[in-house]
Amino acid sequence: MSDKVTEAIKLENVTMSFNLHKEKLDSVKEYVLGLVKGKTKKQMFNALSDISFSVNKGDRVGVLGLNGAGKSTLMKVIAGVYEPTSGNVYKEGVVAPMIELGAGFDVQYTGAENIYLYGSVLGHSRKDMQQRFDEIVEFSELKEFIDVPLKNYSSGMRARLGFAIATVVKPDILILDEVLSVGDAKFKKKSEAKLMSMMDEQTTVIFVSHNLAQVRRICNKAMILEKGRLIAYGDIDEIATRYEEMTK
Amino acid sequence: MTGIKELYQYRDLFCELVRKGIRLKYRRSYLGVVWSMIEPLLTMIVLTVVFGTLLGHHEKTFPVYILSGRLIYTLFSQSTTGALKSIRQNEGLIKKVFVPKLLYPLSSVAFNYVLFLISLVVLAGVSLVLGVYPTIKMLMAILPLIVLFFMSVGVGLILSTLGSFFRDLEYLWNVGLMLVMYASAIFYYPDAILESKVSWILSYNPLFCVISNFRSCIFGESMDMTMLGYSAGFAMTVLVVGYIIFEKNKNKFILHL
Repeated sequence: MSDKVTEAIKLENVTMSFNLHKEKLDSVKEYVLGLVKGKTKKQMFNALSDISFSVNKGDRVGVLGLNGAGKSTLMKVIAGVYEPTSGNVYKEGVVAPMIELGAGFDVQYTGAENIYLYGSVLGHSRKDMQQRFDEIVEFSELKEFIDVPLKNYSSGMRARLGFAIATVVKPDILILDEVLSVGDAKFKKKSEAKLMSMMDEQTTVIFVSHNLAQVRRICNKAMILEKGRLIAYGDIDEIATRYEEMTK
Repeated sequence: MTGIKELYQYRDLFCELVRKGIRLKYRRSYLGVVWSMIEPLLTMIVLTVVFGTLLGHHEKTFPVYILSGRLIYTLFSQSTTGALKSIRQNEGLIKKVFVPKLLYPLSSVAFNYVLFLISLVVLAGVSLVLGVYPTIKMLMAILPLIVLFFMSVGVGLILSTLGSFFRDLEYLWNVGLMLVMYASAIFYYPDAILESKVSWILSYNPLFCVISNFRSCIFGESMDMTMLGYSAGFAMTVLVVGYIIFEKNKNKFILHL
């Protein structure tokens, strides 16, 4: 069990399947009709099939793949949003999922109120957030808008606030699903710097991006997904070169 | 029991969700909290005038009778409907972050319970004005109110589980609630029915048991222990059943949203 200590994430034979026809049966009326007519046929779709890999503590793994390869589904399985249809997921430590920044924001709430709300969604207490309030406001550069309801924010402002809250507490595992593509060039630089600074301290990072240059810059390892299957996993240079050839 | 452990870890989020419900309800409304007191007061007046005249109830304390029944019914209907909708309402959150799903129906019931406690001020006011003075027995009202809380949570858990699979359950439940309202003796005296052949409509209705005991406490009478026991037993049963089916199905909710 000694190797388990250094593993931050481990997936064993994870399969995630969805029923594409589920929308046919979501009311009592249709359910009763379905019983009368006999079972409607199900069309199952495997978004992830039989995926196994492990990530060591402190590794920064880039996840590459075309649209529909299952990258986001994989992120959600790791984050615990989806319970896999079969297989197991092991995680060590606090996970900060940044699958969509500001999931849990309420548009009627002001920026300040959302700091506490989103903080508690991520599992931080009100006291924690009070201590880090100024830090968040400063990093997001929203000082004069912090008491304005979120519905009046631009999408860039929301993303900035979301990023500032999600990164204020150092997690053990950071899941980033194309979140660095938000904001203007200046904020992009700032957020990348922030992420890099979070990474020296043994933080494990799973990073989804279509920007290969960015993946090369941030990650030391990478994997390629294709149609729900893991087809390659290894050091960044080797994988990135292979992905470049695939997408030529 | 993992569900309860997770709940404890996320207690801050629970408080935030309840707080959010209350804050947003009263934001941008001039009357604010006063509104949740005016609403039951107005309904009480209408019901008193209509049913007092219709059924010939001219007792001075009839409004207190109506208000106490109606407040409890409102809590039950609002909190169960809220729980039923809670999974769909928080769809955005459920699809993006991991949060114990038990939080959604639970915070919805808790939020409605807080509103209910605020509206008890109205009941106190009306009671004093109409000469129903507090007695030591009024303290016992806490028992039916506790039963009511667990009953709402239990029914809410069952409904929120079913509601995430069936979109139209909301409308069916509205019909169900209407039947419950008529079968809970809110704006009529129960005696005629309790003495008739169809007395089961009331005596086996756990919500009526709660309402009846709550009224007894308000009017300084003793509670009916059979009713208290029956309603408490019912509440515990739905709570356990609700918890089990919720925990068993919670991972499937996301596939149906």
